[in-house]
Parts: sequence; structure tokens; C-alpha cells
Amino acid sequence: MSESIYKHAFPNGLVLLAEPMSWLESVAFTFSVPAGSVDDPASRSGLASFTCEMVMRGAGERDNHHLMQDLDSLGVERGESVSDAHTRFSGATVAANLPGALALYADILRRPHLPAEQLEAARQVLIQELRAVEDEPSQKVMIELRRRHFPDPWGRPSHGEMEAVQQTSLDDVRGYFTRRYRPNGAILGVAGRFDWEALKDLVGQLLGDWQPQPADEPVEGSPGKKYEHLPFDSNQTQIAIAYPSAPYRHPDYYRAWGGVGVLSGGMSSRLFTEVREKRGLCYSVYASYHTLLDRGAVFCYAGTTAQRAQETLDVMLGELARLAKGVEPHELARLKARIKSALIMQQESSSARSSSIGRDWYYLGCVRTLEEINRRVDELTCQGINQYLEEHPPADFTVVTLGPSELEVPVGVS
Amino acid sequence: MEFRSQTLENGLEIVAECNDEAYSTALGFFVKTGARDETDEIAGVSHFLEHMVFKGTPSRTADDVNREFDEMGAHYNAFTNEENTVFYAAVLPEYLDASVELLADILRPSLREDDFNTEKQVVLEEILMNEDQPPFGADDKCRALHYGSHPLGRSVLGTEASITALPVEAMRDYFQRRYSPGNIVLAGAGRIDFDQFVAAARLSCGGWQPIAAGRLRPTPEPHEAFQVIRKESATQQYAVQLTGGPNAEDTDRYPAKLLATVLGDDTGSRLYWELIDSGLAEQVSLYHHEYEGAGLFLTYMSCDPDEAAENLQRIADVYRQAQECGITSDELAQAKSKVASRVVLSGERPRGRLFALGGDWVQRRQYRSIRDDLEAVSAITLQQALSVLQRYPLTRSTTVTIGPLEEVRAPE
Repeated sequence: MSESIYKHAFPNGLVLLAEPMSWLESVAFTFSVPAGSVDDPASRSGLASFTCEMVMRGAGERDNHHLMQDLDSLGVERGESVSDAHTRFSGATVAANLPGALALYADILRRPHLPAEQLEAARQVLIQELRAVEDEPSQKVMIELRRRHFPDPWGRPSHGEMEAVQQTSLDDVRGYFTRRYRPNGAILGVAGRFDWEALKDLVGQLLGDWQPQPADEPVEGSPGKKYEHLPFDSNQTQIAIAYPSAPYRHPDYYRAWGGVGVLSGGMSSRLFTEVREKRGLCYSVYASYHTLLDRGAVFCYAGTTAQRAQETLDVMLGELARLAKGVEPHELARLKARIKSALIMQQESSSARSSSIGRDWYYLGCVRTLEEINRRVDELTCQGINQYLEEHPPADFTVVTLGPSELEVPVGVS
Repeated sequence: MEFRSQTLENGLEIVAECNDEAYSTALGFFVKTGARDETDEIAGVSHFLEHMVFKGTPSRTADDVNREFDEMGAHYNAFTNEENTVFYAAVLPEYLDASVELLADILRPSLREDDFNTEKQVVLEEILMNEDQPPFGADDKCRALHYGSHPLGRSVLGTEASITALPVEAMRDYFQRRYSPGNIVLAGAGRIDFDQFVAAARLSCGGWQPIAAGRLRPTPEPHEAFQVIRKESATQQYAVQLTGGPNAEDTDRYPAKLLATVLGDDTGSRLYWELIDSGLAEQVSLYHHEYEGAGLFLTYMSCDPDEAAENLQRIADVYRQAQECGITSDELAQAKSKVASRVVLSGERPRGRLFALGGDWVQRRQYRSIRDDLEAVSAITLQQALSVLQRYPLTRSTTVTIGPLEEVRAPE
């Protein structure tokens, strides 16, 4: 496994991280700009997404069409996304095209046109996305769970609210761009085939004179209701459950994560076995870990026919109660095997590594090599996990259901 | 990279692209059976059987199967489509023998009745889930309309009624007829010792009894139609549109893919500029899909219902313009760089190579390296792309639209 990860902090605050994977033909990059949904003004939810949509509509010397054409000609497989803390611009291509691609992204991040004549088209793109979620019940229930579980602004959906998107003006976008697209707090992760010295010089030329802007902290509100049913005309009822857990940077993280790995992950995991395999209650059931800087949560999901939804919820809550009683050595052994192979296979993907190293830097202020993660997972013991679970049993649940009828959430659970 | 192949005495074909540089190994059994090999009475049996394959064998319970895959740290799954049922795993190289043995064993499943009844509930949930999410079954309905009584018009999942009524004996009979070694390809990619791979396969699969397992290949006679299905609870309007295209054996399939990229890739294509950049639609795409003896161009669109009729007209106009005036060499060159980059990126993982390798062999009994694919893409001329448009006009389609609208005006 690769042991070395290059790092360079530019005087303006931009951090460049790079993991060489010389066995690949490709290189991938992820720019994380400190413009997340938590930074949306209260009356302008979705502004980070709106701005992201606008910066891609022409930058530097290229208009909308030329920018896209040049990205395509360089074979850049690209994607943009907005998370709670960042707007991320990621791309992957063959190694020789990296300098050209980075130059285009320097324009996008620093010299977007934010053209007035494209504002309405961009607004329509966001409105279409908001409407599309209304037709995706499994996605909608998780958005509503997050909104209620984490206090505002941490629980906000990145695509905003319809009314705010409709009212957003060009000045809003330009103001947001000026404040939030800045080198301080920005991270560029690169992984794959590259020459480090050349890369560092190039990034310095492109972004070294980018001017920092003052940073501010979001103001925290309170979380939402503990149980809410959202009526929805569908065959299936969507069930979503959240409970707090240790964040990624916490010393307890791996022990907490180990418990969740036994609950869900692999087809022999507890939720899959008990809900789907033994009882045939659903097609899809899982639990996943979500981390913020200072808090984490486990989100659980199942979608099942309305008539069997109560039983499904009861079985899921039963499994969460059983988890508190501890995990078995054979379950931990399987988890370790799965993680070991996943870590080794990550070395076959430049995209996976370029986003991982950027995330590590944001959450930890350092980057864990695959070797180090492997060691931490190896060091996990049943005793350690069980002690954590005993001290922090799954509790303080937030539950959201979406479907034809409301469910009974047992007293004391919520 | 080295390509190797061998056929066992019972007809099981083994192919592998061996790469000593790879970190992992991907392997899969490609069974040449799917929805097109079914009849009304057993509609959905291929997909249901795919689920049952994981439910245990004479020597393993369902729990054993899941547990043993997880003990290897395997990333494994299966899928079923109109023509194939594929069971695959990505593992560390030291688990090559064990993963061949486990996958091979589950391909001779017990098909126990109590497991069958429990799993039936899971499959029914999958059908209901599919009806709850876009495009609410419109894809199946459009294919059925396009192909009429041709076997490619069949639904992969089947219906709530067909699955509920399916007896376990019918599945056992289907299994006997279709999972013959001569109807299966074992493919591997990544770090593989081929001789070891063959030895492991011989040990586990050498005793499988061959039975003739053919496939009907009637010539499709595609229909043109326009149908509106009302789904009041939907927020957006969805449309699926099918026209004929080059089939899996046709050398025109490469120009067809480039043409689809120029006209309907999810970024930078003509449909993208017309409908997505402008915010008129949420999604629009054009794909080329190839079957044995038949091919399709599939257009997918979702948008605000208020824009649906006009968007369908805009799509028709984009296609008509391409039909009449063609595409430019700049557009073709751009599509080539996109496709080439995707070939390289997906080829970096053994999992990506497995599906390319298995697919090529199942459909054409042909090996194509990444280099072969890159060269084929690079050699396509503008004339070849245009001749695909002449052979398969995009302007004559089968369209199904589903959403809150009661009526939608058909495009001219």
C-alpha cells in the first residue's frame, strides 16, 4: 500500500494533498471549496447549489459551451456536489490531461462569469431537482430524517427550499461567490499518476495568488421532531431511524463504526439477515454512518409494504437494542476481512482516493494512509467495541416514516 | 495483460484477462438466460431464481453462503436482465480458489420450498418498490409496446400476479433447462493464475451435466406507438422512447454509441444543451443498447409536466435535425475523447474489466482488450456514424410517458 501522501500548504490557506498511484493510467482530483449548505443564508437555502450551478456556466476566456467542450475534449469525467461544509468539484481523466483540466478549474473557481442571462436557466435546473426528489420516496425520507436529526444548519438539504430558490437573485449568487469561494479552507486532493514537483508548481501558478476572505461560523438552531409521519401515496412505507454516534475525529470513532459495521455491511450483517433474509420484509435495508466535524450519527433505512411496515420498524428497533448487548468475535472477523479487501481495492481507484484524502484533511487536519486505516481496523477488539456500545447504546432516536399510514413508535424509544 | 480461454468437457467456457499488476481479482458466472427466455406462466422466474441462488445448496444454508462470502471480504452481487443472469465477486487474489468454489456451489442451488416462499416476499417488495419510483414501470411498458409479442418485450421483474402464482416446481424446471454448463461462461479479470482458475473450475463445475439450452431468436418487428399513462401521485412527467438500433453482432454498434454520445450524453450533448442547460428538463439521455439479434436506442426524459409536450417536440426536432443535417466532425472528436476516457477509467478496476470481458464473450465469443476498444473508437468515421442514422432513424419511435398528465400531445 502507498505510504506517502504529499502535502503542501500555500500561504493563502489552500492545502494541496496528493497520493501517488503510479500503477494507474489515470489521475483524479477533488476541489473542496468551503461553500456548504450550512453557509446558505437562512432565507436563501440552496444558495451554495445555485452558485455551483452558475460557476459552471462560463469562466475565464470561455463561455458556457466552450468550457464544457474543452472539459469533454480533455476527457474529464466530472461531477459537482454540495455537502454540509463544501462545494466539491471532482474530475478524473488520463494522466497527460491533468494540467489542462486544473487550469480550467482554476478559471471556474476564480473567474466564473456568473452570467445574468443564465440565471433563470440555472434556477430551473434547481427547481427540477427539487421536484424530482418528490418522486423518490427512499431519497426523500432520508432527507427529512437528516433535517430533523441534526440541528439547523447541519440538517439542511443541499438543494434548498422551493421558495428560497425562486427568490434567489444574481446579487445573492455573486455575493455568496465572493465570500465563500476562497483559498482559506479550500482543499485540493489529487490521486493517481502525476509528478509531485510539477503538480505543486502548477497549482501554485494557478491558485497561489488567490486572495483569502474572512471566515465565519454558522449559527446553530435546534433539531426537529423525534417522530414524524409524512403521508405519501405509495405501495411501500419508507422507514428512517437516526441516532447519535461518535464523529470521525473522535478517539471512539473506530469502535463506534465497528458496531455499525456488524449491524449493516455485507449480507451476513444483522439488519440484512433479520429483516430481509429471515423474514422477507423488504428488498432494501441498511444502516450508514454520517459524520460532521463535532458530531456523528447512524442513519437506518428500510422500505416495505405498508401492511408489514410496523413489523419491520419493530424488528429494526429490536436489532438496535440487541446491538447494545455487544458483538461476537466471528462478526468482527468478517468486518475486518471486508474492510481489508475494500482498502486494498481502493488502490484501484484514483477517484476514491482523491476524495478520501480531502475528507480526511477536513475532518482530521491530517490524512490517514490506507496502511494506517488498516492498522486501526486491525486493532479493533470485541471488548473495545462492546465497551463503547455499553456506554453509548443506540438511543435518542429520530424516526421519520413516509407512506400511506402512520406507525406506532414505542414509548421511550423516541 | 494476457487473455486465456478454455472449455471444459461439459461445455463450460472459461475466459480470463490476467493482469499481474492488479491488486484484486474479479470473477463471475454469466448465465445466458433472462426474461427473453421466459413465458407468461413463469414471467419473472429468471430474476427470482437469481435471488434463490443465494439461498443455499445441499451443503450450505443461506446463512452459510452470506457468511462465507463476507469471511473472504468479497464484494459480491448478482443481476438479471433480458438476456443474462450474472453472479460475480471481487476478492483479494488469495481467495481465488475459495470464491470459485463458493460461486460454483451456489449455482447448483437446493431451491427449497420454505426459502422459496420467504424470498417470494422479497421479490414482491422489489416489484412494489419499482412501482413507487420513477419511471414507475414505464420502461417495461415501453419495451413491451415496442417489441409486441417478441420475447424482448418481456419484463425482467415479472408482475405481482405472476410472481405470486409461481410454483417452486416451475422454477426447478426452468433451472434444469437453463443452467446447463454449455449455457454458462465463467469469466475472470485482474490478478489470476489461469491454470489455477481452470483447475478450481474443473473441480467444482466438472460434474455439471450438460443439457441443450437454446434460445428462440425471432426477428423483431418493432412497433411505433405513443402512449400516455396517468399516475396522479407523481410530481414530474417521465418519458421513455425506443427506436431500433444495431444489434450485438453488428459492427455498427461502435458508431451507434458515439452517435448516442453526440446527441444524448448526460453532459455536453445536443439534448443536454437543448433541455438540461436551459433548465427545461431534469434529465434527458440517449443510450444505445444491444441484444442478441436486436438493438435499441433509448431516450429517457423527466421534467415538469407543463413542459412535457414541448420537450418531446424539442427532442423530436433535435433528432430530425441530426437526421437531415448530420453531425459535425468536431462533435464526433469530442465524443471520442469522452468515450476513450471512460474506457480507460472503468478498465482500471478488475470489476470494470470483468463486465466488459464477460459481455463480449457472452454476446460475441470475442475478446477485446482496452487497446482494441480504444482503437475501434478512434477509427470511427463521420460517414459511419451518419450511416447508422440512415439505417435506424431516430424519428420513428415507440414512446410511453407517465406522470400526472391525462393527455400529452404527441410530437410531430
